[in-house]
Amino acid sequence: MSPDPLLHLAVALDGAGWHPAAWREPDARPAELFTGAYWSDLVAEAEEGLLDFVTIEDSFGIQSTDFNDVDDRVDQVRGRLDAVLTAARTAPATSRIGIVPTVVSTHTEPFHLSKAVATLDYAARGRAGLRIQISAKPHEYALIGRRTTEPVVLADINTDEVQARIAEHFSEAADYVEVVRRLWDSWEDDAEIRDAATGRFVDRAKLHHIDFEGDWFDVRGPSITPRPPQGQPVVTALGHATIPYQLIARAADVGFVTPHDRDGAAAIVAEIRREQEFAGRASQRLHVFGDLVVFLDETTAAAEERRARLDEAAGTPYTSDAHIFAGTASELADLLADWRHAGLTGYRLRPAALPHDLTRITRELVPELQARGLFRTAYQASTLRGHLGLSRPASRYAVAADDDPAPTAVGAGAGASAGHQGS
Amino acid sequence: MSKPVKQIHLAAHFPGVNNTTVWSDPAAGSHIQFDSFAHFAKTAERAKFDFVFLAEGLRLREQGGQIYDLDVVGRPDTFTVLAALAAVTERIGLTGTINSTFNEPYEVARQFASLDHLSAGRAAWNVVTSWDAFTGENFRRGGYLAEQDRYDRAETFLRTAWELFDSWDGYRIEADKESGVFLSDPKAGTFEHHDRHFDISGRFNVPTSPQGRPVIFQAGDSDAGREFAAAAADAIFGRHSQLEPGQAFYTDVKRRLPKYGRTPEDLLILPAATFVLGDTDAEAAELAVEVRRAQVSGQTAIKFLEQLWNRDLSAYDPDGPLPEVDPDVSGDSISKGRAADRMYRDRIAVAREYREQAQAKGLSIRELMIERTSRQSFIGSAETIATQIDELVQADAADGYILVPHVTPGGLDAFADRVVPILQERGRYRADYEGTTLREHLGLGAANKTAAPVPAGAVR
Repeated sequence: MSPDPLLHLAVALDGAGWHPAAWREPDARPAELFTGAYWSDLVAEAEEGLLDFVTIEDSFGIQSTDFNDVDDRVDQVRGRLDAVLTAARTAPATSRIGIVPTVVSTHTEPFHLSKAVATLDYAARGRAGLRIQISAKPHEYALIGRRTTEPVVLADINTDEVQARIAEHFSEAADYVEVVRRLWDSWEDDAEIRDAATGRFVDRAKLHHIDFEGDWFDVRGPSITPRPPQGQPVVTALGHATIPYQLIARAADVGFVTPHDRDGAAAIVAEIRREQEFAGRASQRLHVFGDLVVFLDETTAAAEERRARLDEAAGTPYTSDAHIFAGTASELADLLADWRHAGLTGYRLRPAALPHDLTRITRELVPELQARGLFRTAYQASTLRGHLGLSRPASRYAVAADDDPAPTAVGAGAGASAGHQGS
Repeated sequence: MSKPVKQIHLAAHFPGVNNTTVWSDPAAGSHIQFDSFAHFAKTAERAKFDFVFLAEGLRLREQGGQIYDLDVVGRPDTFTVLAALAAVTERIGLTGTINSTFNEPYEVARQFASLDHLSAGRAAWNVVTSWDAFTGENFRRGGYLAEQDRYDRAETFLRTAWELFDSWDGYRIEADKESGVFLSDPKAGTFEHHDRHFDISGRFNVPTSPQGRPVIFQAGDSDAGREFAAAAADAIFGRHSQLEPGQAFYTDVKRRLPKYGRTPEDLLILPAATFVLGDTDAEAAELAVEVRRAQVSGQTAIKFLEQLWNRDLSAYDPDGPLPEVDPDVSGDSISKGRAADRMYRDRIAVAREYREQAQAKGLSIRELMIERTSRQSFIGSAETIATQIDELVQADAADGYILVPHVTPGGLDAFADRVVPILQERGRYRADYEGTTLREHLGLGAANKTAAPVPAGAVR
């Protein structure tokens, strides 16, 4: 894959921002977190900055500082809206930016989510994606009640037993993505014919049962929703270790990773590229974006002070899986320009406070990157795949019908068979 | 004693997967592109309708082992369309059918509460249930639900969802920047529900939405369905748009309300209705015949007959007489994924009825199917249709109608422009919205949360 001279840039939207005290900032709108206008305004602001896409966080469980249980805090944002619906609410209010809601694979039906994201792609005219996320928390399982899981204790993370459980969660997620992608392909693009002469609305030869059989679900198909405008909306996933990297390498179009320096970024990118090769996808474009939490201000001191002020309001210093950056837009541009040499193709920035850090990204960081020739000065495409330089794949079933008797996983990457995680 | 004049309720169903929709009409547009939904919803809002309604389907229909290709095939996801419509409209209610069989209460409650927030109080849920293995083949759970369990599960599903909607009662988002208190109480959203269908607990993560609970619709016509509606629904998506069956249904359902502590105003009867509008009654009548012939082509007539006969009838001439052979009552159903597949309890008896009707009137297969399948509800000039609707509502055949135009998405335009102003002039229909929420449009008042939502054991 030849290096793109331009960086790709996304923002991760979550509540009032990623810092738990962000909602107390003067320009925060905490009373509006559950309104459509709040989310439309944020996505429109990101579009002003010509960003590739926004992601919208989600979870079935209520937010908590305790990974494995629900806390009893009342001083942080609690409650959120369904991310797919929130994404859909912002789609007609914007026209270019990609919109990527989080989808929880552990507790939902791939059939429902496939048609939901396809429909988001219609409502957004080719700007939809999804971020696949597993749920591994016992209290989230209890909300659904179908099954249970044991807590993941950080100290035991490397034991065989815990690793096997994590592998199982991700294996289910891989199957989930495979089903979703097959369902998107299950209608060929030209299946709707409206042939008045023969009275046929569709050519049923262009509709395909997907006949997926796996350890967690069997899905017959076809989808009820015709193939979406992008053919395949963009699949993304966040990973911190080998098992999720394998999911990214096999099933995603964009992976989000959390390096803390340039060398760390290089090591992660190398591992994902190796996994990509194992998965037989070496020739396909797979973006690896670095995730960063950002505090942006006029001066480094101001950013550091704001971070300290927020930490004090929260009562404890903010920590994150991702590197936390506090400084000026110019300094952040330096970092982004440097780490890209590790092989990152873009970044997903997590604004510490909304809208403050988002508007610093769109109004200061973006012009800075543009001045350095590192970021687009206008949208060159109208679809999310277009922004990311991803071509529009043909339906695997159309390809199969035309060229090859055996269906192949075009554009999907995940193996055709179900339930196999290890390589 | 003269009855008070009733105000008419109107709503619109986006036409889709059904032979009612004339996709071959030159004016027909997409059933998938969002612009079609936006056009339809904006027209309905211009006409001050209570809500737009979307049906749901979870498996493409099949007949004779092949995907059914004569009607519109395919539809978008209900929740996603409704949430996007919330961005392009301001007042109109957003009603979606969501199946309780292939979903979990926590997820569906979250989605409806989210939709209600994102639309500022305009969400409604048409609760349906399905149990067939055919649809189940697309889902984790499969088709496991026994038919006799379906209303039990639906009732329990709804009650569980209500517990979730109500789990934030008395708790608030304070969002007080000064004091640093975001949430009024750490227990907000706490719930626990254990029964034979659902065994769940935790904290619901969507705060109370503008309507408290979405408006609840029920669409079934069986005795159990009517009882379910009387106990739990705010409105019924009825089937009887004609005077006498409408009155019979209306009376039957409304008389069931007192035993649940409810009054007739607590449950609206809104039958689905089609219409054919012309400049004159004569023109409309002529157009109506054309529409019926477009809805029931020769091929469609044969396919309809196959659903009853349960045999391949492709060799028969639609313009000829009914088959001599009797329906096949032994085999698996030739048709899958239709509500009608479950309707023919006694195929032989229905076929006999068909034969008698065809013989008495000398009807071909196609002519008979045109007569037997759903009729147009309102045919005439704008004046005539306005009068028909008003008379039916005043005669307690309905509280209003959910209109299903036969052309997508522009089929509602003429109704909005020509019939609605007449009803407004006559003082039988609102000139503008008086409230902002769907509950207000329907005159329902706040969700009644003190009564037990559905008495246990009320529905079997």
